[in-house]
Amino acid sequence: MQTQNPIWALTLARLREFTRQPEALFWVYFFPVLMVLVLGVAFRNKPQETIAIDVLQNDFSESVTSHLEESKTFKITVVDEQESKQRLRTGKTLLLITANDASLQSIDYQFDPARPGSTMARNDVDQTLQRAAGREDVIATTNVEFQEPGGRYVDFLVPGLLAMGLMGGGLWGVGFAIVDMRIRKVLKRFMATPMKRTHFLIAMMCSRLVFMWPQIIILLVFSYFVFGVQIYGNWLSIALIILLGAIQFAGIGLLVASRAKTLETVSGLMNLVMLPMWTLCGIFFSYENFPEIFHPFIRWLPLTPIIDALRALMNEGRSITTLWFELGVMAVWAVVPFFVALLIFRWND
Amino acid sequence: MKAIRCQDLVKTYPGKPPVEAVRGINFEIEVGECYGVLGPNGAGKTTTIEILEGLLDATSGSAEVLGMNWSSDGHSIRERIGVSLQETRLSERLSVNETLQLFRSFYADGLTPLEAMAKVSLEEKKDAWIKTLSGGQKQRLAVATALVGNPELIFLDEPTTGLDPTSRRQLWEIIETFKRESKTVLLTTHYMEEAERLCDRVAIFDAGKIIAEGTPQELIRSVGAEHIIEFSVDADPAVVDVHDISSIDTVDKVERLDDAFYLTVGKPHVVLSELISKLSRQSLALSSLSTRHASLEDVFVNLTGRHLLDAEPETADAK
Repeated sequence: MQTQNPIWALTLARLREFTRQPEALFWVYFFPVLMVLVLGVAFRNKPQETIAIDVLQNDFSESVTSHLEESKTFKITVVDEQESKQRLRTGKTLLLITANDASLQSIDYQFDPARPGSTMARNDVDQTLQRAAGREDVIATTNVEFQEPGGRYVDFLVPGLLAMGLMGGGLWGVGFAIVDMRIRKVLKRFMATPMKRTHFLIAMMCSRLVFMWPQIIILLVFSYFVFGVQIYGNWLSIALIILLGAIQFAGIGLLVASRAKTLETVSGLMNLVMLPMWTLCGIFFSYENFPEIFHPFIRWLPLTPIIDALRALMNEGRSITTLWFELGVMAVWAVVPFFVALLIFRWND
Repeated sequence: MKAIRCQDLVKTYPGKPPVEAVRGINFEIEVGECYGVLGPNGAGKTTTIEILEGLLDATSGSAEVLGMNWSSDGHSIRERIGVSLQETRLSERLSVNETLQLFRSFYADGLTPLEAMAKVSLEEKKDAWIKTLSGGQKQRLAVATALVGNPELIFLDEPTTGLDPTSRRQLWEIIETFKRESKTVLLTTHYMEEAERLCDRVAIFDAGKIIAEGTPQELIRSVGAEHIIEFSVDADPAVVDVHDISSIDTVDKVERLDDAFYLTVGKPHVVLSELISKLSRQSLALSSLSTRHASLEDVFVNLTGRHLLDAEPETADAK
């Protein structure tokens, strides 16, 4: 232990610093878990969604509610006229039903067709009441519920959050640490020793590659035990994608930090890099929602191929050999930023 | 071979207007010498030392270190020098031992971390995190990081600035052991007593130039007389008859800095009684009076008409 290899010594020093900082551990390791928990609960697949509807309080409202209550689909509130307007306007209810007589001869529906789900609510209510009034279905229909493994929202979310964690961890873990060292004049101090510059940069990336694994494992284990998120693809392929993704963002972290002299500058730059990817690359919802002309651009952003590849491997159980495009984009992002950073890096001040 | 030789060293920072931090510096340091660079903030001390440490490129002129040039032999020079910068904040959450191991890993040869600790008396703090160290201990650790590669030439940029007197004295003792081991030391400081005590030779920097160079004794002798009498009066200093005072026997020079007067004198006991009687004849009362041996501070005052510690920087020091 007397004289260590400089790359190992630098990596070890960085690992020690990191693990001795409880707040850094929290943000890197537990924040993503918290995200899965909150979003997983918020968007969990409910057994069947209840539809909020209102029935206007009058002499005949009982005739409607008695039929609708039989079906468990509806959450019924009986309201007076004034309240009904208020609730429709604010979206607390999708539909207002007014019964005009006691024997289901005439009914009014009031709703805003622009509000998602309102037309569906109207049709569901109408069908229930029409049947109650004696209408017969003429076609025999059968419902088959489709549920593919890995098709729930939380299954979709976890690969996105994994990739987001790689991005945040790489940029903050490498970028912030370097600018901090520059401010503390430690970089300059190192430059007055025979330390090799590439050794330093490689060590910064290596240390990131080491403390990324607990982050990944904690998130996967948590998602498995709490939400039953399973991995359908090949473990080794997934590990390879994660490793490549981590190298990518460690390199981008180096690049972002290569010239910045204050923490404000580097934070700004990191947000500039991360914000578009948070919104565009499909962490929380598919980027297919964006107009098609943007897709080629989105697919070349560094975050997209990781998310796409992880979803293909984890959720769909596809083989890594179907992911050449993603692997190619990731290889470019893993190599180019590192060398650009090496070229423009500010060492001495 | 000289430990350091620099010729016509110039450093100009681009800008509008360009900042001339170093404006033509020449000096040589012999192997085994402790050389002091003394001067106020902004005199170009740090810029000069950082050029010699290979951290800055000179705009023009040449800097040779241990007989080698930075442009061709940078790596070999770095293996053989040790550096303590003015303000390095080492990682707070690493221990003394871990920090020295890290620095040691950069050098092909050197001391063990424990040997380096022993040289600065930090063995007791071996496993303490840096954040728990006092200012003096941190500074000693910074010096230990400079020693761990077992350098022939040690650069110490203001090693005692901001330290309490005890810590300062501890560092002086450490630097004195380097001298006994006949290592070459280049030290910058703005404390004259530090330079007087430690340095074989001193260069006084002001506004990017060397304004005096020599052993501390030579420089002090150059002031003319060996004692300084400093006084002020409880009236407008402009009314003091300077000519009258300079006529006193053995008074070499009378200078006024702000409200105080400085007399450079040969025989203070003769001058004092004369001075007091002359002032009372001018019906002026003393508000302060002190006498002392001339120091490097007086050399600086003598040369520039300003005090060392509160001299306004004329040229910005390294940004």
